Amino acid sequence: MTGTPLLEVEDLKLDLDTGSGRVAAAEGVSFRIDRGETFGLVGESGCGKSITALALIGLLRHPLSIGGGVIRFEGREIQHLSAARQRDLRGNRIAMIFQEPMTALNPVSPVGRQIAEMFVLHKGKSWREADRLAVEALANVRVPAPERRVKDYPHQLSGGMRQRVMIAIALACGPDLLIADEPTTALDVTVQAEIIELMRNLCAERGTAILMISHDLGLVANVCRRVAVMYAGRIVEERGSADIFRAPLHPYTQGLVASLPRLGSRAALGRARLQEIAGVVPAITHFPDGCRFNPRCAQATEICRTAAPDVDLLEAGGLVRCHHHA
Amino acid sequence: MHEPHDMPGEGRPDDDLILSVRDLAVHFPLGGGLLGGGKRLLRAVDGVDLSLKRGECLGLVGESGSGKSTVALSILGLLAPTRGRITVDGQVVTSRQSGDRKALARTVQIVFQDPYASLNPRQTVRRTLEDPLRVHGVTAKSEIADRVAAMLRHVGLRPEQADRYPHEFSGGQRQRIGIARALILNPKIVICDEPVSALDVSIRAQIINLLLELKDTLGLSYIMISHDLGVVEHMSDRVAVMYLGRIVENGDWREIFERPAHPYTRALIAAIPDPLHHAPLATTGGDLPNPLNPPNGCAFSPRCRFTVDVCRSEPGPVLETRADGHAVRCWRSEEIAGRLAAAADWDVNS
Repeated sequence: MTGTPLLEVEDLKLDLDTGSGRVAAAEGVSFRIDRGETFGLVGESGCGKSITALALIGLLRHPLSIGGGVIRFEGREIQHLSAARQRDLRGNRIAMIFQEPMTALNPVSPVGRQIAEMFVLHKGKSWREADRLAVEALANVRVPAPERRVKDYPHQLSGGMRQRVMIAIALACGPDLLIADEPTTALDVTVQAEIIELMRNLCAERGTAILMISHDLGLVANVCRRVAVMYAGRIVEERGSADIFRAPLHPYTQGLVASLPRLGSRAALGRARLQEIAGVVPAITHFPDGCRFNPRCAQATEICRTAAPDVDLLEAGGLVRCHHHA
Repeated sequence: MHEPHDMPGEGRPDDDLILSVRDLAVHFPLGGGLLGGGKRLLRAVDGVDLSLKRGECLGLVGESGSGKSTVALSILGLLAPTRGRITVDGQVVTSRQSGDRKALARTVQIVFQDPYASLNPRQTVRRTLEDPLRVHGVTAKSEIADRVAAMLRHVGLRPEQADRYPHEFSGGQRQRIGIARALILNPKIVICDEPVSALDVSIRAQIINLLLELKDTLGLSYIMISHDLGVVEHMSDRVAVMYLGRIVENGDWREIFERPAHPYTRALIAAIPDPLHHAPLATTGGDLPNPLNPPNGCAFSPRCRFTVDVCRSEPGPVLETRADGHAVRCWRSEEIAGRLAAAADWDVNS
């Protein structure tokens, strides 16, 4: 942890304009990602993980906006860059892949063109040269017969192949950071394994850092070295990924880890009733006072209902946001 | 915490079975291609045998396009099979006669994946639960009200919530309504088609626990369709694995998960990320083949790391049932198992 981190997010606050006022959809979000590191952001729908990613890449649009905090990329603040400067960064230095490649790709443009465009826009190549590089890029993501596939339209490809195309586009300009937002949620499990391995290997080869966003704690823990868990707009725990799974500290993380049937647990321990997390995920407009998990938390006391817990930095590294953690 | 240990023996009397599917095939004819090719046949399901015993939960796994949902729709009577026989509670339901459909609906019901899309947004919960009762001849107002209230309590909702609309409920509550809708006619078999995939992670355990409780208290039999092997292992007594319209493996849940015999089942299990280890996932290579142009021989042969010449030749392997009831469709399963035993540290990634 020496030198300038690749990405540093400090006390980021994201506002949602509800029409009748502003509410903070995420707040106090802080984390850092070093060069070449793998970092995961985990949480349920509405916890603020995806909008955090969009803020990093300058794609937040009304009714969402940055309400405070700092985003530094290689030490430079980027949250207030002009649209042109942001475009320059986006795709070139920070790239992103999305959950559903069918909606992220342009349906009326051959996939080769969509890759080639990256080289023309960001690297000033001629179209002829860019088309050649596109074939190479498709070969790099292990698409068979790339010289023929560049002419295909997205609908002619399978879901796994489309996600390979997305990765080819994202990595075309050799970015320093790849943001992957639920990159395999729409895919079958054997295809997921291939896409994850492809992404992991290509990024490791090139020293590209990964920010992976997912609801699947198991997948993120497998891919990433460090994981932050978000709940209702706040990071509640950030640890090394094996630690967070073996010995979660926040009651929400503990609940998540204990509530999911894991392969092999029935054979080892018999079929026990799954531990439930009571209640429901609060709506953005109705985040509870104090600790936002308190209405669902078995360990909640008076202070949890009145005061939001501060971040506790752990001696072994990482942090947790809970009044009562061990 | 008690586990039913009965094995799926084939020699038992049939009245033990609440459902039997024999040689089910569902083929969809597709029009000729743009270039004027002849008519093509999509064999979505091609020769599937399944048995479900009373009180049992059968897990049905496989990737999208493997035919799981087509099997489910056939059992529900919503798709006419091309071939084969389905017997539900002693009645052959594949012979088409009017009236069959209604009787079948009283016996087999389904819980859908998406509780947002599968409830009518303009009907109150009460209406959603009353309609099936009326259609099936329950007319006494007091009986209808009693059954709706009782069912809501069964699924963990309050009877006074009956006059609300679906949008007033959370995703987990909506799935409870979907379960109540499926159970209101007292069916014997419930097909659960990805019942928790659309729900928030922290809500899934509630619904899984509820489904297992209801199975015991109401004496239901389940067919559990899911791509989440952790959920399938937790809930199922037996598991059938489908690949490209066929069953490739079928057996006791413990056998399937501890000693998978088909290379595809192995691949599915090995592809699950291990959260405790920052380690590569086992990859299989390639996508599911095009069902319009299935590979010769074994359908999994283009992706299988154990493929030899015989796997690519016709006819493909047949589903062979071992003495313990475990069935596998693979020429080499015993040889592979032998190699595995020989090299205990055999690495699926190698």
